[in-house]
Amino acid sequence: MDWDWNFVAEITPALLQGLKLTLLITVLSALVAAVLGLVFAIARRSENRLIARPVSFFVEFIRGTPLLVQLYFIFYVLPGAGILLPPLVAGVIGMGLHYATYTAEVYRAGIENVARGQWEAARATNLTTRQTWVHVIIPQAVPPMIPALANYLIALFKETPLLSAITVLEMMNQAKLVANSSYRYIEPMTLVGVFFLAISLISVVILRWLEQRFGRLAK
Amino acid sequence: MTDPIIRIQKLDKSFGTLQVLDGLSFEVKPGEKLALIGPSGSGKTTILRMLMTLETISGGRIEVCGEPLYHMTKGGREVPADEAHLHHMRRHIGMVFQHFNLFPHKSVLDNITLAPILTKGEPKAKAEAHAMELLDMVGLAEKAKAMPSQLSGGQKQRVAIARALALKPRIMLFDEVTSALDPELVEEVLLVMKRLAAETDMTMLLVTHEMGFAHEFADRVLFFDKGRIVEEGPPDRIFTNPTHERTQTFLRKIIAAGHRV
Repeated sequence: MDWDWNFVAEITPALLQGLKLTLLITVLSALVAAVLGLVFAIARRSENRLIARPVSFFVEFIRGTPLLVQLYFIFYVLPGAGILLPPLVAGVIGMGLHYATYTAEVYRAGIENVARGQWEAARATNLTTRQTWVHVIIPQAVPPMIPALANYLIALFKETPLLSAITVLEMMNQAKLVANSSYRYIEPMTLVGVFFLAISLISVVILRWLEQRFGRLAK
Repeated sequence: MTDPIIRIQKLDKSFGTLQVLDGLSFEVKPGEKLALIGPSGSGKTTILRMLMTLETISGGRIEVCGEPLYHMTKGGREVPADEAHLHHMRRHIGMVFQHFNLFPHKSVLDNITLAPILTKGEPKAKAEAHAMELLDMVGLAEKAKAMPSQLSGGQKQRVAIARALALKPRIMLFDEVTSALDPELVEEVLLVMKRLAAETDMTMLLVTHEMGFAHEFADRVLFFDKGRIVEEGPPDRIFTNPTHERTQTFLRKIIAAGHRV
């Protein structure tokens, strides 16, 4: 078990390549989760039960099943139904959808936090439902949610290695490839850990700042 | 005899098993200033909230500006109103709330211009010019750029009045607008309302515990108890010579609690 710096130098470019993909997947999945989560949250509040009920069921279903199973389903089962997705797209949809069910809960809490008087003032000034959401409710609900949303972003980032199971060449998969071809595991796995740790630590610093900035705004 | 601007007929409202309004009927003439008084839970606030379509009705009928509020005609038959009809009717009515309900993320000016820009399509410059006139009227022109959190309660309520006026409603509803204010801030809000009553021909409905103000402000006073009108008349008579025993008891209690009549 001796550490080989030459091997480190040799594999780093491949791992950095993987890291780039990991970050890309994180950003894209986070965007999907952010937008879709809001759609879920609003749909679950709908007075129309034909909308609210099925969406609620779907959200609970996604949340109650493992992400890995969902990824397998999207990548290996859906092609049987004629839906053939490239690994990256399947991964972004899977992770985005899964995390959307979590962000939906954050949105729900944030939306319920907006005082009832705000809805009433919006109605008394004759805003439409859409205008009420866009101009009154969402701008007030979102800032207090930002720390919780950022937490999920970090969690999502750390779960991207799951995508190696559906052949996405993110950082973990790259590490496995170089490890398998050289029978050396210590350097690639250590480097993967170090890269994840470094980015997580930076993210935590940003998160603390967000908590300070928007936590105060929420009060 | 002019047609009433508000006509309430056999109005019922219950929350679950609790009957709040019980076959209530009354009319309001255009330009009339009406004070609704009575003990807590007598249904006065509920009436304002129903006029603003913040509550649904359980039975009966409300007409505003000659049109049914909660009903509409479709294919020759009268059916429950849809959201589009309510939206169409709401433009006649403005409301000021006990807890102001200003939009905390928007400046004073934006609070006032938001609805005229969105719902009437007013150009921003025109909406802002009108908002500045209104702010001037409520004595807060210098606070246009301030955020609501930087204002006192009395200032917030004056902004809320300006916000409601910006839509030029024909009917204004004031729901205990001074109840949440510190005593020393009540006067500035009442002054604005007095000016408004004197300078406009808007119809105004006022729910209040400020009997002195109701006396001065109103053309007519309705005394409510348990979802019904017990007594009504000009303020001079209701406040100095109430005929009904429940009105007398209520006014005695209010005076004992230190309110001016």
